[in-house]
Amino acid sequence: MDKNISNDRKKYLRKVKTNKIAVFITQITIVIGFIILWEILANLGIIDSFITSQPSRIFNTFMNLSQNDLLEHLGVTCLETIIGFVSGTILGIILAILLWWSKFLAKVAEPFLVILNSLPKIALGPVIIIWVGAGMEAIIVMALSISLIVTVLEILNGFLNTDRELLQMAKTFNASKFQILTKVVIPANISTFINSLKINIGLSLVGVISGEFLVSKAGLGYLIVYGGQVFQLDLVMTSVIILAIVAAIMYQSVVILGKIVIKGQK
Amino acid sequence: MKEILEIKNVAKTYQAKNGELEAIRDVSFSVKDGEFVSIIGPSGCGKSTLLSIIAGLEEKTSGEVILEGESVNKISDKIGYMLQKDSLLEWRTIYNNVLFGLEIRKNKNEKQTIYANELLKKYHLEEFKNKYPSQLSGGMRQRVALIRTLAVKPRILLLDEAFSALDYQTRIMVTKDIYKILKNENITTIMVTHDISEAISMSDRVVVLTKRPTTVKKIYDINFEIENRDPLNCRKSHKFSEYFDCLWKELDVHG
Repeated sequence: MDKNISNDRKKYLRKVKTNKIAVFITQITIVIGFIILWEILANLGIIDSFITSQPSRIFNTFMNLSQNDLLEHLGVTCLETIIGFVSGTILGIILAILLWWSKFLAKVAEPFLVILNSLPKIALGPVIIIWVGAGMEAIIVMALSISLIVTVLEILNGFLNTDRELLQMAKTFNASKFQILTKVVIPANISTFINSLKINIGLSLVGVISGEFLVSKAGLGYLIVYGGQVFQLDLVMTSVIILAIVAAIMYQSVVILGKIVIKGQK
Repeated sequence: MKEILEIKNVAKTYQAKNGELEAIRDVSFSVKDGEFVSIIGPSGCGKSTLLSIIAGLEEKTSGEVILEGESVNKISDKIGYMLQKDSLLEWRTIYNNVLFGLEIRKNKNEKQTIYANELLKKYHLEEFKNKYPSQLSGGMRQRVALIRTLAVKPRILLLDEAFSALDYQTRIMVTKDIYKILKNENITTIMVTHDISEAISMSDRVVVLTKRPTTVKKIYDINFEIENRDPLNCRKSHKFSEYFDCLWKELDVHG
Protein backbone atom coordinates (compact mmCIF):
# COMPACT_ATOMS: atom_id res chain seq x y z
CA MET A 1 0.00 0.00 0.00
CA ASP A 2 2.68 2.48 1.09
CA LYS A 3 4.47 2.06 -2.21
CA ASN A 4 1.38 3.21 -4.03
CA ILE A 5 1.42 6.60 -2.36
CA SER A 6 2.90 9.07 -4.82
CA ASN A 7 5.36 11.76 -3.81
CA ASP A 8 2.76 14.44 -4.40
CA ARG A 9 0.40 12.67 -2.07
CA LYS A 10 3.13 12.43 0.60
CA LYS A 11 3.83 16.13 0.24
CA TYR A 12 0.15 16.92 0.52
CA LEU A 13 -0.30 14.78 3.65
CA ARG A 14 2.78 16.33 5.26
CA LYS A 15 1.46 19.80 4.50
CA VAL A 16 -1.91 19.00 6.11
CA LYS A 17 -0.17 17.66 9.20
CA THR A 18 2.28 20.57 9.62
CA ASN A 19 -0.54 23.02 9.18
CA LYS A 20 -2.51 21.34 11.97
CA ILE A 21 0.48 21.40 14.31
CA ALA A 22 1.20 25.05 13.49
CA VAL A 23 -2.37 26.06 14.41
CA PHE A 24 -2.13 24.20 17.71
CA ILE A 25 1.26 25.66 18.64
CA THR A 26 0.05 29.17 17.86
CA GLN A 27 -3.00 28.69 20.07
CA ILE A 28 -0.90 27.45 23.00
CA THR A 29 1.60 30.28 22.50
CA ILE A 30 -1.17 32.88 22.63
CA VAL A 31 -2.47 31.51 25.94
CA ILE A 32 0.95 31.15 27.58
CA GLY A 33 2.13 34.50 26.20
CA PHE A 34 -0.97 36.20 27.54
CA ILE A 35 -0.47 34.69 31.02
CA ILE A 36 3.23 35.60 31.13
CA LEU A 37 2.60 39.14 29.91
CA TRP A 38 -0.15 39.59 32.49
CA GLU A 39 2.13 38.34 35.28
CA ILE A 40 5.09 40.50 34.24
CA LEU A 41 3.01 43.66 33.75
CA ALA A 42 1.43 43.14 37.17
CA ASN A 43 4.79 42.53 38.82
CA LEU A 44 6.27 45.64 37.23
CA GLY A 45 3.29 47.62 38.46
CA ILE A 46 2.32 48.72 34.93
CA ILE A 47 -1.15 47.32 35.51
CA ASP A 48 -2.78 47.42 38.93
CA SER A 49 -3.16 43.85 40.16
CA PHE A 50 -5.71 45.05 42.72
CA ILE A 51 -8.07 45.66 39.82
CA THR A 52 -6.88 43.06 37.32
CA SER A 53 -5.59 40.37 39.68
CA GLN A 54 -2.67 38.34 38.35
CA PRO A 55 -2.00 34.74 37.29
CA SER A 56 0.08 33.74 40.33
CA ARG A 57 -2.59 35.02 42.72
CA ILE A 58 -5.33 33.29 40.76
CA PHE A 59 -3.27 30.11 40.97
CA ASN A 60 -2.91 30.52 44.75
CA THR A 61 -6.63 31.08 45.18
CA PHE A 62 -7.22 28.03 43.04
CA MET A 63 -4.89 25.89 45.17
CA ASN A 64 -6.78 26.96 48.31
CA LEU A 65 -10.03 25.66 46.86
CA SER A 66 -11.23 24.11 50.12
CA GLN A 67 -10.32 27.12 52.24
CA ASN A 68 -12.55 29.57 50.46
CA ASP A 69 -15.41 27.13 49.83
CA LEU A 70 -14.83 27.33 46.06
CA LEU A 71 -15.53 23.63 45.68
CA GLU A 72 -18.84 23.91 47.45
CA HIS A 73 -19.91 26.84 45.27
CA LEU A 74 -18.77 25.00 42.18
CA GLY A 75 -20.85 21.98 43.20
CA VAL A 76 -23.94 24.14 43.69
CA THR A 77 -23.57 25.74 40.25
CA CYS A 78 -23.05 22.37 38.55
CA LEU A 79 -26.04 20.83 40.30
CA GLU A 80 -28.30 23.75 39.38
CA THR A 81 -27.12 23.72 35.78
CA ILE A 82 -27.65 19.99 35.38
CA ILE A 83 -31.14 20.11 36.92
CA GLY A 84 -32.03 23.11 34.74
CA PHE A 85 -30.57 21.49 31.65
CA VAL A 86 -32.20 18.09 32.10
CA SER A 87 -35.63 19.45 33.05
CA GLY A 88 -35.46 22.05 30.28
CA THR A 89 -34.64 19.39 27.70
CA ILE A 90 -37.32 16.95 28.84
CA LEU A 91 -40.02 19.60 29.16
CA GLY A 92 -38.96 21.12 25.84
CA ILE A 93 -39.25 17.79 24.03
CA ILE A 94 -42.66 17.06 25.58
CA LEU A 95 -43.99 20.50 24.61
CA ALA A 96 -42.56 20.20 21.10
CA ILE A 97 -44.26 16.81 20.67
CA LEU A 98 -47.58 18.29 21.84
CA LEU A 99 -47.31 21.19 19.41
CA TRP A 100 -46.33 18.84 16.58
CA TRP A 101 -49.25 16.58 17.40
CA SER A 102 -51.90 19.28 17.36
CA LYS A 103 -51.70 21.84 14.59
CA PHE A 104 -54.46 23.79 16.31
CA LEU A 105 -52.46 24.01 19.53
CA ALA A 106 -49.39 25.08 17.57
CA LYS A 107 -51.32 27.87 15.82
CA VAL A 108 -52.74 29.07 19.14
CA ALA A 109 -49.35 28.97 20.86
CA GLU A 110 -47.40 30.66 18.08
CA PRO A 111 -47.70 34.36 19.08
CA PHE A 112 -47.08 33.55 22.74
CA LEU A 113 -43.96 31.60 21.87
CA VAL A 114 -42.68 34.43 19.69
CA ILE A 115 -43.18 37.02 22.44
CA LEU A 116 -41.72 34.80 25.15
CA ASN A 117 -38.77 34.00 22.93
CA SER A 118 -37.87 37.64 22.32
CA LEU A 119 -38.47 38.76 25.92
CA PRO A 120 -35.18 39.08 27.86
CA LYS A 121 -35.93 36.47 30.50
CA ILE A 122 -33.63 38.08 33.06
CA ALA A 123 -36.31 40.75 33.40
CA LEU A 124 -38.44 38.07 35.04
CA GLY A 125 -35.77 37.51 37.74
CA PRO A 126 -37.34 39.60 40.52
CA VAL A 127 -40.78 38.12 39.80
CA ILE A 128 -39.40 34.60 39.91
CA ILE A 129 -37.69 35.27 43.26
CA ILE A 130 -40.90 36.62 44.74
CA TRP A 131 -42.93 33.71 43.42
CA VAL A 132 -40.71 30.73 44.24
CA GLY A 133 -38.47 32.20 46.94
CA ALA A 134 -34.85 33.30 46.94
CA GLY A 135 -33.20 29.90 46.72
CA MET A 136 -32.11 27.16 44.42
CA GLU A 137 -35.66 26.84 43.06
CA ALA A 138 -35.58 30.39 41.72
CA ILE A 139 -32.24 29.74 40.03
CA ILE A 140 -33.50 26.57 38.36
CA VAL A 141 -36.67 28.33 37.19
CA MET A 142 -34.47 31.07 35.80
CA ALA A 143 -32.38 28.53 33.87
CA LEU A 144 -35.57 26.90 32.62
CA SER A 145 -37.11 30.18 31.50
CA ILE A 146 -34.04 30.95 29.44
CA SER A 147 -33.59 27.54 27.80
CA LEU A 148 -37.11 26.14 27.49
CA ILE A 149 -38.65 28.28 24.74
CA VAL A 150 -35.57 27.98 22.54
CA THR A 151 -35.62 24.20 22.99
CA VAL A 152 -39.30 23.97 22.10
CA LEU A 153 -38.88 26.12 18.98
CA GLU A 154 -35.74 24.32 17.85
CA ILE A 155 -37.16 20.82 18.24
CA LEU A 156 -40.58 21.73 16.83
CA ASN A 157 -38.86 23.24 13.81
CA GLY A 158 -36.89 20.02 13.32
CA PHE A 159 -40.06 17.93 13.63
CA LEU A 160 -41.93 20.07 11.12
CA ASN A 161 -39.07 19.87 8.65
CA THR A 162 -38.91 16.08 8.64
CA ASP A 163 -38.64 14.89 5.03
CA ARG A 164 -42.22 14.87 3.74
CA GLU A 165 -41.53 11.90 1.49
CA LEU A 166 -40.67 9.81 4.56
CA LEU A 167 -43.95 10.77 6.21
CA GLN A 168 -45.84 10.02 3.01
CA MET A 169 -44.09 6.65 2.75
CA ALA A 170 -45.12 5.75 6.31
CA LYS A 171 -48.69 6.85 5.53
CA THR A 172 -48.87 4.51 2.53
CA PHE A 173 -48.42 1.68 5.02
CA ASN A 174 -51.29 3.17 7.02
CA ALA A 175 -49.06 4.28 9.91
CA SER A 176 -50.83 5.90 12.86
CA LYS A 177 -49.76 9.33 14.05
CA PHE A 178 -48.05 7.72 17.03
CA GLN A 179 -46.14 5.33 14.76
CA ILE A 180 -45.08 8.21 12.52
CA LEU A 181 -43.82 10.05 15.60
CA THR A 182 -41.87 7.17 17.12
CA LYS A 183 -40.66 5.40 13.99
CA VAL A 184 -39.99 8.31 11.64
CA VAL A 185 -40.09 11.80 13.17
CA ILE A 186 -38.08 11.16 16.35
CA PRO A 187 -35.33 8.98 14.83
CA ALA A 188 -35.05 11.37 11.86
CA ASN A 189 -34.43 14.23 14.29
CA ILE A 190 -31.64 12.83 16.45
CA SER A 191 -29.26 15.51 15.18
CA THR A 192 -31.87 18.18 16.00
CA PHE A 193 -31.98 16.87 19.57
CA ILE A 194 -28.22 16.95 19.88
CA ASN A 195 -27.99 20.47 18.48
CA SER A 196 -30.64 21.61 20.88
CA LEU A 197 -28.74 19.98 23.78
CA LYS A 198 -25.64 21.92 22.77
CA ILE A 199 -27.51 25.22 22.77
CA ASN A 200 -29.35 24.25 25.93
CA ILE A 201 -26.31 23.56 28.07
CA GLY A 202 -24.94 27.04 27.35
CA LEU A 203 -28.28 28.72 27.99
CA SER A 204 -28.79 26.80 31.23
CA LEU A 205 -25.45 28.09 32.49
CA VAL A 206 -26.43 31.64 31.56
CA GLY A 207 -29.69 31.18 33.48
CA VAL A 208 -27.97 29.69 36.52
CA ILE A 209 -25.28 32.37 36.75
CA SER A 210 -27.71 35.25 36.33
CA GLY A 211 -30.01 33.53 38.85
CA GLU A 212 -27.12 33.32 41.30
CA PHE A 213 -26.35 37.01 40.73
CA LEU A 214 -29.88 37.86 41.80
CA VAL A 215 -30.42 35.34 44.58
CA SER A 216 -26.86 35.78 45.96
CA LYS A 217 -26.64 32.84 48.31
CA ALA A 218 -24.29 30.31 46.79
CA GLY A 219 -22.65 29.23 43.56
CA LEU A 220 -19.98 30.62 41.25
CA GLY A 221 -22.30 33.44 40.19
CA TYR A 222 -22.66 34.46 43.81
CA LEU A 223 -18.87 34.29 44.31
CA ILE A 224 -18.30 36.55 41.31
CA VAL A 225 -20.78 39.15 42.57
CA TYR A 226 -19.48 38.87 46.13
CA GLY A 227 -15.83 39.09 45.03
CA GLY A 228 -16.63 42.16 42.94
CA GLN A 229 -18.37 43.91 45.81
CA VAL A 230 -15.49 43.40 48.27
CA PHE A 231 -12.87 44.07 45.56
CA GLN A 232 -11.39 40.58 45.80
CA LEU A 233 -10.52 40.33 42.13
CA ASP A 234 -8.53 37.14 42.70
CA LEU A 235 -11.73 35.40 43.68
CA VAL A 236 -13.66 36.89 40.74
CA MET A 237 -11.04 35.89 38.18
CA THR A 238 -10.62 32.40 39.62
CA SER A 239 -14.39 31.89 39.55
CA VAL A 240 -14.61 33.09 35.96
CA ILE A 241 -11.83 30.76 34.87
CA ILE A 242 -13.39 27.79 36.68
CA LEU A 243 -16.71 28.68 35.06
CA ALA A 244 -15.08 28.69 31.63
CA ILE A 245 -13.59 25.26 32.28
CA VAL A 246 -16.89 23.87 33.59
CA ALA A 247 -18.75 25.26 30.58
CA ALA A 248 -16.24 23.69 28.19
CA ILE A 249 -16.43 20.31 29.96
CA MET A 250 -20.24 20.33 29.94
CA TYR A 251 -20.36 21.28 26.26
CA GLN A 252 -17.84 18.61 25.31
CA SER A 253 -19.80 16.00 27.29
CA VAL A 254 -22.86 16.84 25.24
CA VAL A 255 -20.83 16.60 22.03
CA ILE A 256 -19.47 13.18 23.05
CA LEU A 257 -22.92 12.02 24.15
CA GLY A 258 -24.22 13.08 20.74
CA LYS A 259 -21.55 11.08 18.94
CA ILE A 260 -22.35 7.99 21.04
CA VAL A 261 -26.08 8.33 20.35
CA ILE A 262 -25.54 8.70 16.59
CA LYS A 263 -23.25 5.69 16.59
CA GLY A 264 -25.79 3.72 18.65
CA GLN A 265 -28.51 4.56 16.15
CA LYS A 266 -26.54 2.94 13.39
CA MET B 1 -57.96 -12.46 -16.92
CA LYS B 2 -60.49 -11.08 -14.51
CA GLU B 3 -60.73 -7.46 -13.56
CA ILE B 4 -59.24 -6.65 -10.21
CA LEU B 5 -59.59 -2.88 -10.01
CA GLU B 6 -62.29 -0.61 -11.32
CA ILE B 7 -62.17 3.16 -11.35
CA LYS B 8 -65.62 4.61 -11.90
CA ASN B 9 -66.25 8.27 -12.73
CA VAL B 10 -63.69 9.56 -10.25
CA ALA B 11 -63.66 13.35 -9.86
CA LYS B 12 -61.72 15.68 -7.62
CA THR B 13 -62.23 19.35 -6.86
CA TYR B 14 -59.83 21.14 -4.54
CA GLN B 15 -61.09 23.72 -2.08
CA ALA B 16 -58.77 26.61 -1.32
CA LYS B 17 -59.16 30.02 0.25
CA ASN B 18 -59.14 31.71 -3.14
CA GLY B 19 -61.64 29.40 -4.77
CA GLU B 20 -62.25 25.96 -6.19
CA LEU B 21 -60.04 24.05 -8.57
CA GLU B 22 -61.47 21.26 -10.66
CA ALA B 23 -58.50 18.92 -11.01
CA ILE B 24 -60.14 15.73 -12.23
CA ARG B 25 -63.50 15.85 -14.03
CA ASP B 26 -64.28 12.25 -14.85
CA VAL B 27 -61.89 9.31 -15.04
CA SER B 28 -62.92 5.70 -15.53
CA PHE B 29 -60.90 2.63 -16.47
CA SER B 30 -60.28 -0.83 -15.16
CA VAL B 31 -57.25 -3.01 -14.56
CA LYS B 32 -57.02 -6.77 -15.01
CA ASP B 33 -55.25 -9.16 -12.68
CA GLY B 34 -51.50 -9.23 -13.40
CA GLU B 35 -51.68 -6.35 -15.84
CA PHE B 36 -49.24 -3.43 -16.06
CA VAL B 37 -51.06 -0.16 -16.78
CA SER B 38 -49.37 3.22 -17.20
CA ILE B 39 -50.99 6.59 -16.86
CA ILE B 40 -49.53 9.46 -18.85
CA GLY B 41 -50.73 12.97 -19.46
CA PRO B 42 -49.56 16.57 -19.83
CA SER B 43 -47.73 17.90 -16.79
CA GLY B 44 -50.01 19.18 -14.08
CA CYS B 45 -52.92 17.07 -15.26
CA GLY B 46 -53.48 15.40 -11.92
CA LYS B 47 -51.90 12.01 -12.64
CA SER B 48 -50.41 11.81 -9.20
CA THR B 49 -53.62 13.01 -7.59
CA LEU B 50 -55.45 10.21 -9.35
CA LEU B 51 -52.95 7.68 -8.00
CA SER B 52 -53.29 9.09 -4.48
CA ILE B 53 -57.04 8.69 -4.77
CA ILE B 54 -56.69 5.07 -5.91
CA ALA B 55 -54.36 4.47 -2.96
CA GLY B 56 -56.92 5.97 -0.59
CA LEU B 57 -54.40 8.59 0.51
CA GLU B 58 -56.53 11.40 -0.78
CA GLU B 59 -60.30 11.84 -0.75
CA LYS B 60 -62.22 12.00 -4.00
CA THR B 61 -65.07 14.41 -4.59
CA SER B 62 -67.20 11.80 -6.34
CA GLY B 63 -66.96 8.45 -8.07
CA GLU B 64 -65.77 5.07 -6.86
CA VAL B 65 -62.63 2.96 -6.70
CA ILE B 66 -63.42 -0.74 -6.43
CA LEU B 67 -60.70 -3.23 -5.60
CA GLU B 68 -61.73 -6.90 -5.72
CA GLY B 69 -65.36 -5.92 -5.18
CA GLU B 70 -64.63 -3.64 -2.23
CA SER B 71 -64.85 0.12 -2.34
CA VAL B 72 -61.56 1.85 -1.43
CA ASN B 73 -62.04 4.95 0.69
CA LYS B 74 -59.06 4.86 2.97
CA ILE B 75 -55.60 3.37 2.85
CA SER B 76 -56.04 -0.31 2.13
CA ASP B 77 -53.77 -3.17 3.12
CA LYS B 78 -54.22 -4.51 -0.40
CA ILE B 79 -52.48 -1.58 -2.03
CA GLY B 80 -48.74 -0.98 -2.19
CA TYR B 81 -47.55 2.50 -3.08
CA MET B 82 -44.12 3.56 -4.23
CA LEU B 83 -43.02 7.15 -4.46
CA GLN B 84 -40.45 9.00 -6.51
CA LYS B 85 -37.80 8.92 -3.81
CA ASP B 86 -36.96 5.58 -2.27
CA SER B 87 -37.60 7.05 1.22
CA LEU B 88 -35.41 4.50 2.93
CA LEU B 89 -34.83 5.26 6.61
CA GLU B 90 -31.11 6.01 6.89
CA TRP B 91 -30.86 4.83 10.49
CA ARG B 92 -32.21 1.36 9.73
CA THR B 93 -30.36 -1.47 8.07
CA ILE B 94 -31.60 -2.68 4.69
CA TYR B 95 -33.25 -5.62 6.42
CA ASN B 96 -35.05 -3.42 8.94
CA ASN B 97 -36.10 -1.08 6.15
CA VAL B 98 -37.66 -4.00 4.32
CA LEU B 99 -39.53 -5.00 7.47
CA PHE B 100 -40.78 -1.44 8.07
CA GLY B 101 -44.16 -1.95 6.41
CA LEU B 102 -44.81 -5.19 8.30
CA GLU B 103 -43.86 -3.47 11.54
CA ILE B 104 -46.24 -0.57 10.89
CA ARG B 105 -49.07 -2.93 10.02
CA LYS B 106 -48.23 -5.03 13.10
CA ASN B 107 -47.87 -7.97 10.80
CA LYS B 108 -44.32 -8.97 11.56
CA ASN B 109 -44.90 -12.67 12.05
CA GLU B 110 -42.63 -15.53 11.05
CA LYS B 111 -44.38 -16.22 7.76
CA GLN B 112 -44.15 -12.64 6.56
CA THR B 113 -40.54 -12.33 7.65
CA ILE B 114 -39.62 -15.47 5.74
CA TYR B 115 -41.27 -14.01 2.63
CA ALA B 116 -39.32 -10.77 3.02
CA ASN B 117 -36.11 -12.78 3.35
CA GLU B 118 -36.96 -14.77 0.24
CA LEU B 119 -37.48 -11.58 -1.73
CA LEU B 120 -34.15 -10.18 -0.57
CA LYS B 121 -32.42 -13.39 -1.58
CA LYS B 122 -34.16 -13.70 -4.91
CA TYR B 123 -33.31 -10.19 -5.95
CA HIS B 124 -29.66 -10.25 -4.91
CA LEU B 125 -29.86 -8.03 -1.89
CA GLU B 126 -29.26 -10.61 0.81
CA GLU B 127 -25.59 -9.80 1.22
CA PHE B 128 -26.51 -6.16 1.88
CA LYS B 129 -29.03 -7.02 4.59
CA ASN B 130 -26.98 -5.49 7.39
CA LYS B 131 -25.73 -2.51 5.42
CA TYR B 132 -27.22 0.96 5.64
CA PRO B 133 -29.01 2.73 2.77
CA SER B 134 -26.19 5.26 2.37
CA GLN B 135 -23.90 2.37 1.40
CA LEU B 136 -26.07 1.36 -1.59
CA SER B 137 -26.36 2.74 -5.10
CA GLY B 138 -29.49 4.53 -6.28
CA GLY B 139 -30.71 1.56 -8.28
CA MET B 140 -30.24 -0.84 -5.37
CA ARG B 141 -32.02 1.52 -3.02
CA GLN B 142 -35.00 1.59 -5.36
CA ARG B 143 -35.05 -2.21 -5.38
CA VAL B 144 -35.00 -2.24 -1.58
CA ALA B 145 -37.92 0.19 -1.58
CA LEU B 146 -39.82 -2.11 -3.93
CA ILE B 147 -39.18 -5.14 -1.72
CA ARG B 148 -40.33 -3.15 1.31
CA THR B 149 -43.59 -2.50 -0.55
CA LEU B 150 -43.95 -6.09 -1.77
CA ALA B 151 -43.18 -7.57 1.67
CA VAL B 152 -46.68 -6.62 2.84
CA LYS B 153 -48.10 -8.64 -0.09
CA PRO B 154 -50.20 -5.99 -1.82
CA ARG B 155 -52.76 -7.10 -4.43
CA ILE B 156 -51.95 -4.09 -6.54
CA LEU B 157 -48.89 -1.87 -6.77
CA LEU B 158 -48.95 1.85 -7.53
CA LEU B 159 -45.80 3.50 -8.86
CA ASP B 160 -45.76 7.28 -8.72
CA GLU B 161 -42.93 8.47 -10.99
CA ALA B 162 -40.97 5.87 -9.09
CA PHE B 163 -37.89 6.03 -11.29
CA SER B 164 -37.68 9.70 -12.21
CA ALA B 165 -35.20 10.53 -9.44
CA LEU B 166 -32.64 8.16 -10.97
CA ASP B 167 -30.12 9.07 -13.64
CA TYR B 168 -30.84 7.79 -17.15
CA GLN B 169 -28.63 4.70 -17.24
CA THR B 170 -29.58 3.54 -13.76
CA ARG B 171 -33.17 4.15 -14.65
CA ILE B 172 -33.10 1.84 -17.67
CA MET B 173 -31.50 -0.92 -15.61
CA VAL B 174 -33.83 -0.44 -12.66
CA THR B 175 -36.95 -0.53 -14.82
CA LYS B 176 -35.71 -3.81 -16.24
CA ASP B 177 -35.00 -5.29 -12.80
CA ILE B 178 -38.27 -4.10 -11.38
CA TYR B 179 -40.27 -5.24 -14.39
CA LYS B 180 -38.84 -8.73 -13.91
CA ILE B 181 -39.64 -8.76 -10.22
CA LEU B 182 -43.21 -7.61 -10.86
CA LYS B 183 -43.80 -10.23 -13.57
CA ASN B 184 -42.19 -12.98 -11.46
CA GLU B 185 -44.34 -12.18 -8.46
CA ASN B 186 -47.35 -11.58 -10.72
CA ILE B 187 -48.07 -8.13 -9.28
CA THR B 188 -50.77 -5.98 -10.86
CA THR B 189 -49.30 -2.53 -11.35
CA ILE B 190 -50.42 0.99 -12.16
CA MET B 191 -47.62 3.41 -12.96
CA VAL B 192 -47.82 7.16 -13.32
CA THR B 193 -45.03 8.62 -15.42
CA HIS B 194 -44.22 11.57 -17.64
CA ASP B 195 -41.80 9.45 -19.65
CA ILE B 196 -43.51 8.07 -22.78
CA SER B 197 -40.78 5.51 -23.52
CA GLU B 198 -40.89 4.19 -19.98
CA ALA B 199 -44.66 3.79 -20.27
CA ILE B 200 -44.44 1.96 -23.61
CA SER B 201 -41.58 -0.30 -22.61
CA MET B 202 -43.21 -1.55 -19.42
CA SER B 203 -46.97 -1.50 -19.96
CA ASP B 204 -49.68 -3.74 -21.32
CA ARG B 205 -51.91 -0.72 -21.62
CA VAL B 206 -51.37 3.03 -21.49
CA VAL B 207 -54.06 5.41 -20.31
CA VAL B 208 -53.67 8.90 -21.77
CA LEU B 209 -55.23 11.71 -19.79
CA THR B 210 -56.22 15.18 -20.99
CA LYS B 211 -55.05 18.36 -19.34
CA ARG B 212 -57.01 19.80 -16.43
CA PRO B 213 -59.90 19.26 -15.73
CA THR B 214 -58.79 15.74 -16.44
CA THR B 215 -60.67 13.05 -18.35
CA VAL B 216 -59.45 9.93 -20.17
CA LYS B 217 -58.41 10.84 -23.70
CA LYS B 218 -57.61 7.39 -24.97
CA ILE B 219 -56.47 3.97 -23.82
CA TYR B 220 -53.81 2.21 -25.87
CA ASP B 221 -53.16 -1.52 -25.90
CA ILE B 222 -49.44 -2.16 -26.12
CA ASN B 223 -48.54 -5.48 -27.66
CA PHE B 224 -45.02 -6.20 -28.81
CA GLU B 225 -45.56 -9.91 -29.54
CA ILE B 226 -42.15 -10.63 -28.06
CA GLU B 227 -41.45 -13.72 -26.00
CA ASN B 228 -39.83 -13.00 -22.64
CA ARG B 229 -40.66 -9.39 -23.07
CA ASP B 230 -38.70 -6.91 -20.97
CA PRO B 231 -38.30 -3.13 -21.17
CA LEU B 232 -34.98 -3.45 -22.98
CA ASN B 233 -36.02 -5.65 -25.89
CA CYS B 234 -39.21 -3.61 -26.24
CA ARG B 235 -37.13 -0.52 -26.79
CA LYS B 236 -35.35 -2.29 -29.64
CA SER B 237 -38.56 -3.36 -31.39
CA HIS B 238 -39.70 -1.48 -34.51
CA LYS B 239 -43.12 -1.14 -32.95
CA PHE B 240 -41.64 0.96 -30.20
CA SER B 241 -41.24 4.07 -32.34
CA GLU B 242 -44.73 3.64 -33.78
CA TYR B 243 -46.22 3.59 -30.30
CA PHE B 244 -44.03 6.48 -29.34
CA ASP B 245 -45.25 8.61 -32.25
CA CYS B 246 -48.88 7.81 -31.46
CA LEU B 247 -48.58 8.71 -27.81
CA TRP B 248 -46.49 11.76 -28.55
CA LYS B 249 -49.26 13.08 -30.78
CA GLU B 250 -51.88 12.28 -28.16
CA LEU B 251 -49.97 14.29 -25.59
CA ASP B 252 -49.39 17.26 -27.89
CA VAL B 253 -50.68 20.27 -26.03
CA HIS B 254 -51.68 22.01 -29.24
CA GLY B 255 -53.59 19.01 -30.56
